[in-house]
Amino acid sequence: MKLRLIRRDEASRLAMFGAPVLALILTCITSLVLFALLGVPAGKALHSLLLKPFLSWYSFSEVLLKMAPLLLIAQGLAIGFRANVFNIGAEGQFVIGALCASAFPVYFPEGNFPLMLPAMIIAGGVGGTIYASIAAGLRIRFGASEILVTLMLTFIAIQALNYFLLGPWKDPRGFNFPQTVMFPENALLPLLFENVRPNISLIFGLLASLFAYLMMEHHFRGYQLRTSGLSPKAALYAGFNAPKMILLSLALSGLAAGIAGASEVAGPLGQLQRSVATGYGYAAIIVAYVGGLRPLGIIASSFLISVLYIGGDSATVSAGLPVAAVEVFQGMLLAFYLLTFTFIRFRVQIDRGVSA
Amino acid sequence: MSALEFLLAGTLAAALPLLLAALGEMVVEKTGLLNLGLEGMMALGAAIAFICVYHSGSHSFGFLAASLAGATLAMLFAFLVIFLKANEVASGLAVGVLGLGLSALFGKNYESLTISGLSEFGLLALSKIPVIGPALFTQDIVVWLAITGTMVLWFILNKTKLGLIIAAVGENAEAARAIGYPVGAIRCAAVAFGGGMCGLAGAYASTVYTPLWADGMIAGRGWIALALVVFGTWQTGRVAFGAVLFGVLSLGELTAQAIGVAIPSQVLSSLPYFVTILMLVAISRHRRHSS
Repeated sequence: MKLRLIRRDEASRLAMFGAPVLALILTCITSLVLFALLGVPAGKALHSLLLKPFLSWYSFSEVLLKMAPLLLIAQGLAIGFRANVFNIGAEGQFVIGALCASAFPVYFPEGNFPLMLPAMIIAGGVGGTIYASIAAGLRIRFGASEILVTLMLTFIAIQALNYFLLGPWKDPRGFNFPQTVMFPENALLPLLFENVRPNISLIFGLLASLFAYLMMEHHFRGYQLRTSGLSPKAALYAGFNAPKMILLSLALSGLAAGIAGASEVAGPLGQLQRSVATGYGYAAIIVAYVGGLRPLGIIASSFLISVLYIGGDSATVSAGLPVAAVEVFQGMLLAFYLLTFTFIRFRVQIDRGVSA
Repeated sequence: MSALEFLLAGTLAAALPLLLAALGEMVVEKTGLLNLGLEGMMALGAAIAFICVYHSGSHSFGFLAASLAGATLAMLFAFLVIFLKANEVASGLAVGVLGLGLSALFGKNYESLTISGLSEFGLLALSKIPVIGPALFTQDIVVWLAITGTMVLWFILNKTKLGLIIAAVGENAEAARAIGYPVGAIRCAAVAFGGGMCGLAGAYASTVYTPLWADGMIAGRGWIALALVVFGTWQTGRVAFGAVLFGVLSLGELTAQAIGVAIPSQVLSSLPYFVTILMLVAISRHRRHSS
């Protein structure tokens, strides 16, 4: 007897919505067992993880704050993933975006620069785009794997961040902490609501979602990108320009990550500091996949992962859950999603007796 | 000890986790897969090894448990990618994140505890050579074993039928399947081997190199190991050489001190990644011309 996976002719719609939900349920069950084994009161932990974020306006607003960069980056990444272009280095483009944006308030700490905020956001976006395009260039010109190049560029970006924070950009009155001066008022993004931290970068994320939706689902360019991903040969026969697809995928994801990086320093941080590189770039990969690489799905998954972050924070306090539990939860969620997703694309057939 | 002697002595030990993890991943990649979860598998190995050595006092037991833990986590990758045909990149990252999380979860109660490392011993005559003798030829047993293991791996990959089969699976899976080799099983075994090696690498980092467990202690070495495989162009000898080179660079600031130059340490720290990109360009270019 042998198990075989047979490709479905058409992905079932039910499964497409069902897979992430099933993955979430499986993740919850598995982590309940795991937490119980580690002596953490499981019910309490799950309550904190998944419900607490909804129980007060403040914690819900924190969810929205986290959601902004994840949504923005993941929308960019998903475009490339669907075209089979794997930008794994969004973290690096995010850091470069933050660095480029910070240059303005660092050199004009009094805020005496016209259009400070737009300049920062544009600089961040351009920085991220250029940084990601390096990988596109090397892939197109030399065939170098963009997976590895974007990854390597991430570590170089983090070293660049360290260099600036420990050297030329260090706040002279910052007690030697690796951080810049606090940014002036006009270098900070406007808040969405009073007294809580979410800012207009959430709107950037939603605009990116709309853009991704229109391009990927309703525009010829999106069709070209999707075809390049599903069947490179078909795309070749159709005469789609492969280098253009690669460049477009990487440039767009770099742009999104760069703007997210700029928004982080101009938003909740209000200065450039080491903790800007906290792994949004990697988490966004999980967000993109769990969202099924679809613009609407990603809105939902970025919300879910943000809930887990904020819930995880509260669970460390209330249920004694280790900080790492959030990582475990994320990892499991992605693994279970990949598992359940298989059953969207394939059905399992059992061969008995004679083998082919 | 002068800075130079210190550097010489520290290099092999710093290189070892990189070497083990990279050799494991090299075998995985030779079968045509790419597992990005090295960092997580190393972290899990490190945590498990520390816990086992802390309770049993036996390093052998710790290394064994760590390699099993790494291999188990790697099997999740194998299951997703080989059996379920899930996306390789996403699966590798899932394993990586999971491993990092689990290591922190398991190791939580062991932070700031200490265990004893391993004693070092010299190769009789060689260790008597002044300066480089004690520095290079006095090492702990794992270093000696790893050097031997590297040679054995080189022999297997280059001089045996098994090595040929691995290469065949990686270069043309369809053809290998047609001849009757169990491609899936061979890939599974390679992934398990890769995970086991990452586990060992983590174990060395947490129980010998710096005998303590701290969350995040692998500190990017998994990613360096990944770079190393490319740097070494999938050849055992070059990977080993690269491990030593990257080991020196990872001692960045110390190195700068030893050579007596004033380069920002960040430049040195980013060199491995920079060189890897150059290697990627050079190899891919070469491949294009030859094909």
